[in-house]
Amino acid sequence: MTHRSDTGPAPVLALKDVSKSFGAVRALRDVSLELFPGEVHALAGENGAGKSTLIKTLAGVHRPDAGQVLLDGEPTVFHGPADARDAGIAVIYQEPTLFPDLSIAENIFMGRRPRRALGRIDHKATHEATLALMTRLGVELDPDRPARGLSIADQQIVEIAKALSFDARVLIMDEPTAALTGSEVARLFGVVRTLREQGAAVLFISHRLEEIFEICRRVTTLRDGAYISSEPLEGMTEDDLVRRMVGRDLEELYPKQDVEPGAVALSVRRLTREGVFTDVSFDVRCGEIVGLAGLVGAGRTEVARAVFGVDRWDAGEVEVDGKALTNGAPSTAMAAGLALVPEDRRAQGLVMDMSIERNIGLTGLRTTVKAGLMNRGAERSRSLDWAVRLQVKYARIADAVSTLSGGNQQKVVLAKWLATGPKVLIVDEPTRGIDVGTKAEVHRLLSSLAADGVAVLMISSDLPEILGMADRVLVMHEGRLTAEIPRSEATEETVMAAATGRAAA
Amino acid sequence: MTVTAPESAPVAEVPKSSGTRLVDRVFKMRELAILAVFLVMIAVTQAGNSEFLSEQGIKDLLLNATILVLVATGQSLVVITRNVDLSVGSTLGISAFAAGTYLQGGGNPVVAIVLAVLLGIAFGVLNGLLVSFGQVPALVVTLGTLYIIRGIDSIWVGSRQITAADLPDGFIDFGAGGVSAVPWLALIALAVLVGTAYYLKHFGSGRELYALGSNPEAARLAGIPVRKRILAAYTFCGALAGLAGALYLARFGNVDSGTGNGYELTVVSAVVVGGVVFTGGSGSVYGAALGALLLTSINSVLPALGVSSVWVLAINGVLLILAIAVDRVVALRVASALKKRNARHG
Ligand SMILES: Nc1ncnc2c1ncn2[C@@H]1O[C@H](COP(=O)(O)OP(=O)(O)OP(=O)(O)O)[C@@H](O)[C@H]1O
Ligand SMILES: [Mg+2]
Repeated sequence: MTHRSDTGPAPVLALKDVSKSFGAVRALRDVSLELFPGEVHALAGENGAGKSTLIKTLAGVHRPDAGQVLLDGEPTVFHGPADARDAGIAVIYQEPTLFPDLSIAENIFMGRRPRRALGRIDHKATHEATLALMTRLGVELDPDRPARGLSIADQQIVEIAKALSFDARVLIMDEPTAALTGSEVARLFGVVRTLREQGAAVLFISHRLEEIFEICRRVTTLRDGAYISSEPLEGMTEDDLVRRMVGRDLEELYPKQDVEPGAVALSVRRLTREGVFTDVSFDVRCGEIVGLAGLVGAGRTEVARAVFGVDRWDAGEVEVDGKALTNGAPSTAMAAGLALVPEDRRAQGLVMDMSIERNIGLTGLRTTVKAGLMNRGAERSRSLDWAVRLQVKYARIADAVSTLSGGNQQKVVLAKWLATGPKVLIVDEPTRGIDVGTKAEVHRLLSSLAADGVAVLMISSDLPEILGMADRVLVMHEGRLTAEIPRSEATEETVMAAATGRAAA
Repeated sequence: MTVTAPESAPVAEVPKSSGTRLVDRVFKMRELAILAVFLVMIAVTQAGNSEFLSEQGIKDLLLNATILVLVATGQSLVVITRNVDLSVGSTLGISAFAAGTYLQGGGNPVVAIVLAVLLGIAFGVLNGLLVSFGQVPALVVTLGTLYIIRGIDSIWVGSRQITAADLPDGFIDFGAGGVSAVPWLALIALAVLVGTAYYLKHFGSGRELYALGSNPEAARLAGIPVRKRILAAYTFCGALAGLAGALYLARFGNVDSGTGNGYELTVVSAVVVGGVVFTGGSGSVYGAALGALLLTSINSVLPALGVSSVWVLAINGVLLILAIAVDRVVALRVASALKKRNARHG
């Protein structure tokens, strides 16, 4: 065993020269990593770099093909997730892994609930422990409600609570903040700092670089499965980090082109869905990118779903190009030129077991089907075209979407809807889980779509993205539009003030 | 994150909110609905034929339901894990004959019952091993074992038959007797039912059955011993099918190689009518038991009302489809109610 001659403590958990392949894909190649107690360590890399694979190796989900997992310096083999958990390793996976039929409390304590005599579950203690966790995270979720139907952000919060529910020595978080907004992230970081002070080792993944700089002390970078570096963040700039991740300098992250707005393309008037959002009115013009900001649960996603017709509205109207849309009919919305890129890619965006090609092709059936027969050639070339434009990283286009990394799945959802050539494009968290390089690419794409006259409504929890890309910012608070801020006046302060309901800007 | 909310609202006390109660209520309602249909049916029948609820009438109703309730309880556990056991009818038949053969030689009734249960356990373990380790869909595996067990049964039994005359009197009395209108057999089924329901609600491994039916992948990540749990569910299901076989023998005293043929479909119907969802993760054994009670009493109700029993199958079918339709509607309602709550509470 090689001990570091550092003065610092020995690593609690480490990987040494670990490799892992899936068929022909080499997801990890000779990767090493050391996690020290009392330190938050970042793992950075582009989509498909192997971050989630590394985490699953630490969590006992994958067995490394070569190399070792070291626990307190001793080589260890985890035979399954239970082994890793018993060793004090808590993991938040990138994709929520909840039991929809069980209550939130049961989800959090599955496998290790408070017990009473004779091994019976102490339902009351479970309930109270869950409440305490929710208070610690600063959220209001009823412990007894089933997990079915939770928003992505709430699912992530339950995952976080699950990881915090036992005194872990090592906390591993795979993009825990991807769907969260500022205040929830601040709460999470507060909790992480406390754990760090108590001596826990933390591994943190995020594509929001500013988060990495805020909370982490050291960073390990991966590129295409290969280990690039492991170093302190102190003294590094974001550009340095990006260069390690992508291997080159990056073009501008927010390449917003100035476009003279045209006619009103989407007009929403006094839209109300009882108990969800109230009296929402706004216009989006051709060539314009309108940002829709607000805290998690403010009703942004719900407005988008109602406009597109997935959910019904109770009052108000929606017009595209001056023509009223039918309430609750996505097919007429699509026919009118509306496209919605949903936030939940697993549940709404993708057919996980279908190929990349077919997934992108789904929305184009109308154009690729002739006389009832599918033109597979047309579908394939269209899909390839978009997969290349969005730099989707895959082995073969006929592979199932489920084998892609999280960020690459998101790109497939985007491709699927962009391929319809929409007049009005609603994107809900378009860059959730997408790496910086591709983020810039997605922004460039949205910007050029707008320049071509497409009206874009962009919902995002990433405030810099809203500020960098939107011509106008709409802000929602508790189901109402509380502010409309032009680009020139939009700042973090004005938007957050409106989003938290402290002032109508 | 670059933005931190300057002040985050203090967390209000989480209200003991409508979401829980709503969902609880819906599922309790599901069971109450079956109970209501059952009671109405009984009331109407009683009004049309006052003999119906005599002591003997009640006893018959309960006796008829007993065996189905037992097997449906076992089946529910398997269905909750997102699997199914189609071999229960065959298992019931062969255990009944095994118990009968043993008793024919003047054996002890308690040993006979234990024998039947052990035989059921053996087949349950076989099913469980094939499903959990074979990675073959449960439908296919247990369809296979259905035929295999039935085949063994036919070869072994041949054209032989066991009749009440071959059995000790004590055993037959046990099958027919009870405390006033409540038969011993029904008491046994009730005890098993209550025990199982308590286990499912209050023990970790019971909740894990729901978890792994609800999301198998997440169950694996949560470190739940998935294979072990599935094996246990099948073993329990087999044990109850075996027990049901012994009780069948006690009740009818008549077993041949065709006993229990096609019974698995009745069992599955009872489970589904009772609200145990086929995609796993939800439902209760009480629901399944009520489903069983409802289905078996239709058999007694129709003759009592002077309706030809040829209608029984058709009515069972209608009930089944109705139950599934109701589940679907309720699920949609609950989903939209939960969504509204989401938006309000964030
Ligand atoms: N189960 C699997 N089967 C086949 N290939 C896989 C599987 N899991 C991951 N891969 C591949 O391994 C590579 C690394 O994936 P991984 O999920 O670790 O990336 P990541 O760094 O987490 O990316 P992201 O930032 O998008 O989440 C990808 O090319 C992916 O397609
Ligand atoms: Mg990942």
